[in-house]
Amino acid sequence: MANTSKTRVLTANRLGDGRVVYLGDNGWTSDLDLARLVLTEADAETAEAAGLIGVAEREIVEPYLIDVEAESDGVQPLRLRERIRAEGPTTGNSRVAPQPEAA
Amino acid sequence: MYRYDEFDHAFVRDRTEQFRDQVNRRIAGDLTEDQFKPLRLMNGVYLQLHAYMLRIAIPYGTLSGRQMRKLAHISRTYDKDYGHFTTRQNLQFNWPKLEEIPAILEELAEVEMHAIQTSGNCIRNVTTDHFAGAAADEADDPRPWAEIIRQWSSLHPEFSFLPRKFKVAVTGAARDRAAIRVHDIGLELRRGGPENSLGFRVFLGGGQGRTPLVAKEVRDFVPEHELLAYLEAILRVYNRYGRRDNKFKARVKILVHERGIDEIRDAVEAEFADLRGGVLDIPAEAREKISAYFAPPDFETLPAKSDTLEAAWKADPVFGRWVARNTHPHKAPGYVSVTISLKPTGGVPGDAKSAQMDIVADLAERYSFDEIRVSHEQNLILPHVKKDDLPALYAVLVEAGLATGNAGFISDIIACPGLDYCALANARSIPIAQRLSERFADADRQADIGDLNLKISGCINACGHHHVGHIGILGVDRKGEEFYQITLGGAPGEDAAIGEIVGKGFATDEVVDAVETIVDTYLQHRSSRDEPFIDAYRRLGKAPFQEALYGS
Ligand code: HEM
Ligand code: SF4
Repeated sequence: MANTSKTRVLTANRLGDGRVVYLGDNGWTSDLDLARLVLTEADAETAEAAGLIGVAEREIVEPYLIDVEAESDGVQPLRLRERIRAEGPTTGNSRVAPQPEAA
Repeated sequence: MYRYDEFDHAFVRDRTEQFRDQVNRRIAGDLTEDQFKPLRLMNGVYLQLHAYMLRIAIPYGTLSGRQMRKLAHISRTYDKDYGHFTTRQNLQFNWPKLEEIPAILEELAEVEMHAIQTSGNCIRNVTTDHFAGAAADEADDPRPWAEIIRQWSSLHPEFSFLPRKFKVAVTGAARDRAAIRVHDIGLELRRGGPENSLGFRVFLGGGQGRTPLVAKEVRDFVPEHELLAYLEAILRVYNRYGRRDNKFKARVKILVHERGIDEIRDAVEAEFADLRGGVLDIPAEAREKISAYFAPPDFETLPAKSDTLEAAWKADPVFGRWVARNTHPHKAPGYVSVTISLKPTGGVPGDAKSAQMDIVADLAERYSFDEIRVSHEQNLILPHVKKDDLPALYAVLVEAGLATGNAGFISDIIACPGLDYCALANARSIPIAQRLSERFADADRQADIGDLNLKISGCINACGHHHVGHIGILGVDRKGEEFYQITLGGAPGEDAAIGEIVGKGFATDEVVDAVETIVDTYLQHRSSRDEPFIDAYRRLGKAPFQEALYGS
């Protein structure tokens, strides 16, 4: 495992519907595996600048960096809070109901 | 129930239009998030982990069938087919889209509902006894007073920017089912004035959160017509002296705690002397006009005993058990209030599917004079049901998965949304509640354990009332792991107490066993089956529980 503690991803909530999104190489995505990995301080600055643009352009709100582990099979947030944000509530009625997918 | 007048209708309509405009301006870029956030919060819109959350006020927890059906319709159309009833007698939707919230508010306004003052540093939704207007033991119906307070406090210019949020609860019975002693102001409507007239015993400075405190009695009797003058006197004192420098010290409970109830009482009395007899005096006609909205329905004259009920009870012991736990004595002979449990085994406390909401709406119309209540225990209540109708009602509840006979038992858990939804959470609450309700699912065992309230919060804000649980569970974050601290001996009622931490916390996979150890220790040590958990705890103290949990 290569220096995973330094790997980060920029996340936010979409303005229009509040859904969780990540900064990807082509704009914002709800797929964490498509998120742009932030490995250096320079990457972090670039990502945060993109976050501010996202806020200014009213795509997203409240961007921040989270710690992740990037493995061959995908990206996993380190903290439980972020794992729940990525995957949805761990239990309950939102899991069984049909999920009207946002545009 | 209360019906909007022209003023109320116009007000809520205007407010919805105003918010629609604000949302449009936000999306168009004319408002920044910093400008918009306080506006959305004033309309009950939060941003949680996965989505926006909309908190809808259910004033004093009272709903009609039509309103309940509207909530079902909204969950189906704009959300994920369910809603979450909360300890604040409100309803929360967890998945609305910001763009659609104005449409939701418009739908709500059609049935005289809204989301105003469900957030922010204002006087929040006034809560009350869920058996109000029905309970056999009540001096009078507290809901007209909850409505009078709502009208007085709604957008009160002086009180829209308080140092912090302000919560008022009112009950009409000495038996406190509304947890009034853990509210900023708790009011108990009672007889005690000249010629046995009605007035209020007033408690001040209770609250939960990070500094839990039981309210102190500030006055033993305020005559009914002077209630608003007295409340205004309290709010003035709070507005003047309440701390705005520190969010964590801003609640009135801190003011009462720091200055002492006697100093606060003197200051309130001085303001009260100034205000009484003035414009806030409530004229009898105005009071009667409001009370008329809450006039008791046309109860039939019935014998206290129902043969239909007795026969059904004998034929079906499970039904008998449900009746014993989930009905409450009513003022009118031949009637009871029914608790519809939203705590099925393994379920999410307080959640109702839209289909269930529709069924409850039907049942209310058919059997309960079109009235539904939301309890702070996160259950639904049909306040006025004929004993004769209980078997038929029960049959429908069984079909709908709403017939769990566990009111007041250990599986009747209050739980906040916790880390599954809430942006402030340290740990999950819902899965713990689900596992506990599965562990204690056996009906005989629950009946043997008897009255025991278990309450879970995912962080110290205590939305799940854990401080006043006989057994309270608080989620904490220990080095990135979910951890649970257990408190014992809390109580929400007229014997209100804040629970004491029993010892070091438990990991997720230990906490259910720990609760079971506590329950088993109680069963071993109780003096008889008639000594409930809380009484045994008060007699025994923490020691035997600590020993069982941690060894000596
Ligand atoms: C987005 C979700 C929520 C947020 C952000 C939130 C926030 C808070 C905060 C910050 C406090 C502490 C107030 C203080 O100590 O001054 C609090 C207290 C409380 N909340 Fe929540 N809450 C949420 C959901 C809920 C829910 C779902 C319920 C009902 C089940 C609820 C009911 C309460 C109650 C009863 C208290 C304690 C009473 C008191 O104010 O002293 N909250 N909440
Ligand atoms: S107690 Fe904490 S975790 Fe639970 S709803 Fe309140 S703020 Fe969220």
